[in-house]
Amino acid sequence: MLPVHPRKVVVIITESALEPQLVKDVRRLGAQGYTIADVRGGGKHGDRDNDWERDRNIRMEVVCDEPTADAIARHMRETHAPHWAMTILLGDIGVLRPEKF
Amino acid sequence: MSVDPIVLFFLLGVGARLLRSDLRLPEAMYEGLSIFLLITIGLKGGVELAAHPLGPLLPQAGGVIAMGLALPLIAYPVLRGIGRLGRPDAASIAAHYGSVSMVTFAVALAWLADRKVPHEQYMPLFVVLLEVPGIIVGILIAKLGAGRGVHWGDLAREVFLGRSVVLLAGGLVIGWASGPHALEPQAKLFFDLFKGVLALFMLEMGLVAAGRIRELRRTGVFLLGFGTLMPIVFATLGILVGRTVGLSAGGSMLLGTLAGSASYIAAPAAMRIAVPEANPSLSLAAALGVTFPFNVIVGIPLYATIATRLFGPPI
Repeated sequence: MLPVHPRKVVVIITESALEPQLVKDVRRLGAQGYTIADVRGGGKHGDRDNDWERDRNIRMEVVCDEPTADAIARHMRETHAPHWAMTILLGDIGVLRPEKF
Repeated sequence: MSVDPIVLFFLLGVGARLLRSDLRLPEAMYEGLSIFLLITIGLKGGVELAAHPLGPLLPQAGGVIAMGLALPLIAYPVLRGIGRLGRPDAASIAAHYGSVSMVTFAVALAWLADRKVPHEQYMPLFVVLLEVPGIIVGILIAKLGAGRGVHWGDLAREVFLGRSVVLLAGGLVIGWASGPHALEPQAKLFFDLFKGVLALFMLEMGLVAAGRIRELRRTGVFLLGFGTLMPIVFATLGILVGRTVGLSAGGSMLLGTLAGSASYIAAPAAMRIAVPEANPSLSLAAALGVTFPFNVIVGIPLYATIATRLFGPPI
């Protein structure tokens, strides 16, 4: 069995217009990297089925250590979540190459 | 008289969406078509601009910019007083109506071309000039009295380097610098195909606009009234400004159409970032769900009539 190192994953699902700001934020808060994908979905802000260029949603995933994950999640909740359609998820995961995260 | 095929393409899109057809233009195609339209309008304006001395255009440009600054200041009290909207929502919608819709302008250009109505060919210059002031005034209104500051650097990039400003202004400069003869080899692509591309784009606009109709049920009748009456007032104002700065009847009708149109690309993006507390579905429902279809179907012929009444010679 390969050695697995515990890390956190922060998943942020939000409006694509926020993407440049999110990237700046997570970099500043200590994330080594991130992955962003275009996604579709629906919620209390209405269905977001990507039919309009300003209506797209993204999902950002950041794998990092616990303090960084905590800082990112806290910042998102306090700064952006009040005014933006936003879902923030935190999860425990294992990584094979701990130096990357 | 036959119905304008561009309007019919739009209605096809509206109908398809309302009947829940699975019709959708691929996203890359939508973006490609919008790039084509922006560049073409810019080039056309630039070529004509090359034939004009720039000096006499300055007073016209000044008048147009002043109008762009004034429009949101007129819309805001209406939205607050009659619409009973909060400051952020009213300011955001005012910014959308202060800025302009390039596609509405394109439809008006095609409308005038079909009827062979003469107009100043450098009008695209005014599209560029009108896109930004309304947005800035809207942001300032929202921020007056609000505690939080604005990151003007980020915002300037969003507003001045947004796709539409870059492509329109870029097209203008390329057209102006190269002139009609150097552009001859490109004319078949850019100028001959313009109406066909516009028709396809309007199909997509119909699909998108109809998607906003559902939201209107939630936002109520005020936006329906605002989205149809405000453009008529603004267009009349635009036509009067056009007349004052010495534009022809056709040019004034185009300026009126610009004043009466609402932005749904540049303004939503900028306002979402600058005023996140405003509800974006209100402004998009009004600009895209009400005003855009209204202008395409009713507004453009109406503004031509108003211009005719004010100027005399029939359009």
